[in-house]
Amino acid sequence: MARQSRDPGREYIAPVAKVRIQYAKRGRLRFSSHRDFQRAFERALRRAGVPMAYSAGFRPHPKISYANAAPTGVASEAEYIEIGLAAPRDVAELRAELDSAMPPGLDIVDAVLAGDPDESGDLVSRLQGSVWQFVFPEVSQETLQSAIDKFLAQEVVEVDRKTKSGIKKFDARGPLRKVEVSLNPAQAPQCAILTVVAQHGTPSVRPDDVLAALRQVADLVPPVPVQVTRLAQGQLAADARTVSDPLAPDRAGSDQKSLDTSTTASQS
Amino acid sequence: MDYCSPSTCDLASKQWPLGEREKPRTLADVRYEGRTVFDQLERLLPFVSKPVQYVGGELNSVVKDWESADVRWALMYPDAYEVGLPNQGVQILYEVINERSDALAERTYSVWPDLEELMRDNQVPQFTVDAHRAVGDFDVFGLSFSTELGYTNMLTALDLAGIPILAQDRDDESPIVIAGGHAAFNPEPVARFVDAAVLGDGEQAALDITDCIAGWKAEGAPDGRKELLVRLAAIEGVYVPSFYDVEYLPDGRIHRVAPNSQGDAPWRVAKRTVMDLDEWPYPKAPLVPLAETVHERSSVEIFRGCTRGCRFCQAGMITRPVRERSVDTVGQMIASGLEKTGFDEVGLLSLSSADHSEIGPMAKQLADRYEGTNTSLSLPSTRVDAFNVTLANELTRNGRRSGLTFAPEGGSERIRRVINKTVSKEDLIRTVTAAYGAGWRQVKLYFMCGLPTETDEDVLEIAELAREVIRSGREASGRRDIRCTVSIGGFVPKPHTPFQWAAQLGWEETDARLLKLRNAIRNDKEVGKAIGFRYHDGRPGIVEGLLSRGDRRTGLLIEQVWRDGARFDGWSEHFSFDRWMSAADKAFADLPIDVDWYTTREREESEVLAWDHLDSGLDRDWLWEDWLEALDENEVDDCRWTPCFDCGVCDQLGTEIQIGPTGRQLLPLTVVN
Repeated sequence: MARQSRDPGREYIAPVAKVRIQYAKRGRLRFSSHRDFQRAFERALRRAGVPMAYSAGFRPHPKISYANAAPTGVASEAEYIEIGLAAPRDVAELRAELDSAMPPGLDIVDAVLAGDPDESGDLVSRLQGSVWQFVFPEVSQETLQSAIDKFLAQEVVEVDRKTKSGIKKFDARGPLRKVEVSLNPAQAPQCAILTVVAQHGTPSVRPDDVLAALRQVADLVPPVPVQVTRLAQGQLAADARTVSDPLAPDRAGSDQKSLDTSTTASQS
Repeated sequence: MDYCSPSTCDLASKQWPLGEREKPRTLADVRYEGRTVFDQLERLLPFVSKPVQYVGGELNSVVKDWESADVRWALMYPDAYEVGLPNQGVQILYEVINERSDALAERTYSVWPDLEELMRDNQVPQFTVDAHRAVGDFDVFGLSFSTELGYTNMLTALDLAGIPILAQDRDDESPIVIAGGHAAFNPEPVARFVDAAVLGDGEQAALDITDCIAGWKAEGAPDGRKELLVRLAAIEGVYVPSFYDVEYLPDGRIHRVAPNSQGDAPWRVAKRTVMDLDEWPYPKAPLVPLAETVHERSSVEIFRGCTRGCRFCQAGMITRPVRERSVDTVGQMIASGLEKTGFDEVGLLSLSSADHSEIGPMAKQLADRYEGTNTSLSLPSTRVDAFNVTLANELTRNGRRSGLTFAPEGGSERIRRVINKTVSKEDLIRTVTAAYGAGWRQVKLYFMCGLPTETDEDVLEIAELAREVIRSGREASGRRDIRCTVSIGGFVPKPHTPFQWAAQLGWEETDARLLKLRNAIRNDKEVGKAIGFRYHDGRPGIVEGLLSRGDRRTGLLIEQVWRDGARFDGWSEHFSFDRWMSAADKAFADLPIDVDWYTTREREESEVLAWDHLDSGLDRDWLWEDWLEALDENEVDDCRWTPCFDCGVCDQLGTEIQIGPTGRQLLPLTVVN
């Protein structure tokens, strides 16, 4: 029997548009890993009937770019992905349909059409820093403040982090741009809150590194697991104490497009 | 407890023999009344591996108001979430029960030892993943056993739930513990632990049980648990072990099993059979897990039952007769399953999917419908048959052709006649060659070792076969990079099959035979590298065999080995053969029986088997004749295409074979994406 040709595989379908999506990982679903999210998201795309662009090859994959996922066990209000569409689609509808196709707790917060890359750049380069919030149940504000004071008094706090190639030393102090202790009046009196702005790097400082550092410099061992939430990601402000909405340049771009022919609306 | 009046062992008075009973755990003292325990659990999750498996929230999962339901079921597949979640049996019952307005069902799975330890330390009870309610709060705790290796996990779950592990110690506060699934066709080893077992198809039985409990509760639960068990025993297919006594002979064999005065139970309990599967199109909305599981696909059972008559196959024997789903129902179930899940793979399940009377048209119509949608269709492992290659080609029209699996089961033609899995060597080579020729790169072949009458020569023929497969495959495909994987495990004789009387091969002999085969394959310079060899060593099979054909005394061993730490016996990293053997020494110390007695001993026709009072529909005389036919290397045909040969199922249970062709077609459908 002659050698038969194998299946050619599917052709590459070039995206006609890119959509940037902000999603949140809330409540019990903060325990989902990034891989768990990926599977759920790809299924949601199918359920919502999103016309996805696919890679070529024998096992075509939908075109999705993931950036900078929060660790398993950490909640987030500000995770970002970019998807490639094979056909145009109304972005507001797409957001609503995707959100209803995702399990509650993995919520699609926002979706925008990606702006011209020459003008507004790519998404990943806008994710320069994160705002992390740590809730310490059964820890008083004074206890946490004193631990933070010890931590801030040092220029470098090296912590161990497990990596695939073994345990590596890593500075958890340097990348922190703002560190603030507060008390949430809505919570029990013994519930201190820590908010930090961390500059991303390779690798980026993670919430676990901060907690390990506090244990190391101040013996802070919370009696109950600390609840961590990423509140925001984006471009670091000039003073590096806040981050800006990373989808704003895309929104600005699309506003401009629709306004080009009519008026000279403010672009600030 | 009226277990029996045994002459050689007194199980009734046998207090836990090997040291004092542990004090009741405090877990049992707390009642949650349907409240969630998630807050307590949540604090433990940062410290365990893969916490997402415990949080629930799956797409298509259902949480009902606790007070809205009269009857509440906790359903368990007693293995890890990643294995348990895809289980079709649990998903079907979950939907069937939740569709009723007066009932609710939630799911629970085995927790890994890291979480078990934390739950014990922190007094967190066994919980459901749906609303994180305590399992002890439910009316019914239903466990589905596909394999006997889940028995120790049941004890962990009971204990963590605060439910006494022995049925005799439970009071009205405890749920009714019910076992189902294929292993429940011999529930005697777990008779100490379960209140009841359901034989056969669970859909209607679960509804009848729900009705029964609802009625009993509406009457104010008269006479408590005892009365409820009496009522449950009156339901077709429900077996209540405590209503039967077992008497033993001095040599350890069973003298007789008879109903006692506790309940008004029948002498024999016959299995349930659901007729007309088109009326039961479940699961309609398969669960979509967040965590990674073993099967990430939408599965549709295209028929139930099998009459091929493979003598080793318990599933084929106990699920007769064949009942097909029609093409249009299958098509609707697939469409709805894909729409509700977003899965990109569909499995057409059954015991031998290519045997569906309309599988050809079904495959073609489905392939047409899903062409160009990135949806893949698959058949599970198939019989050796050229038609199967054609089918597989059709289903993978524009997808990947990676691997195809066949199950010849026996290495030589002679042994294939013994097990009634008839395929000639020529047919096998021709089939596999056709697969390579059609672009399949890898073929997997499943075999068993330790079949009745088997010798080293029968097994060594597998090496011969694999060599010819590779040679003709290279010729047919024109490539040298094709592969063949030989996968082989030890044969375990199962109840309700013609081999229920057979001696199991000892693990030492199994391992020695497998080693000879491995060497024969490896030493082949020409093709050895193209043949993969995967085998399971013989020891877990001995424990499985012990539990499969065990009786009530085996329950002593299960309790002992669990107390000694046995968990997750289906997982090689947790399974300990030595722990099982030393537990057996302790549990069987005063009894005239041992592990070999249960496993490697051949039974005679006259011996009372522990499951003889449980009726799978198969006529015992027919099974014995078929056993003799096996020893004479005679085959029997499939009754779908030849006259009935009186296995007994249809006559005794009033059922019938339901097959097409019906000539029905897929109904038109708008497919998105």
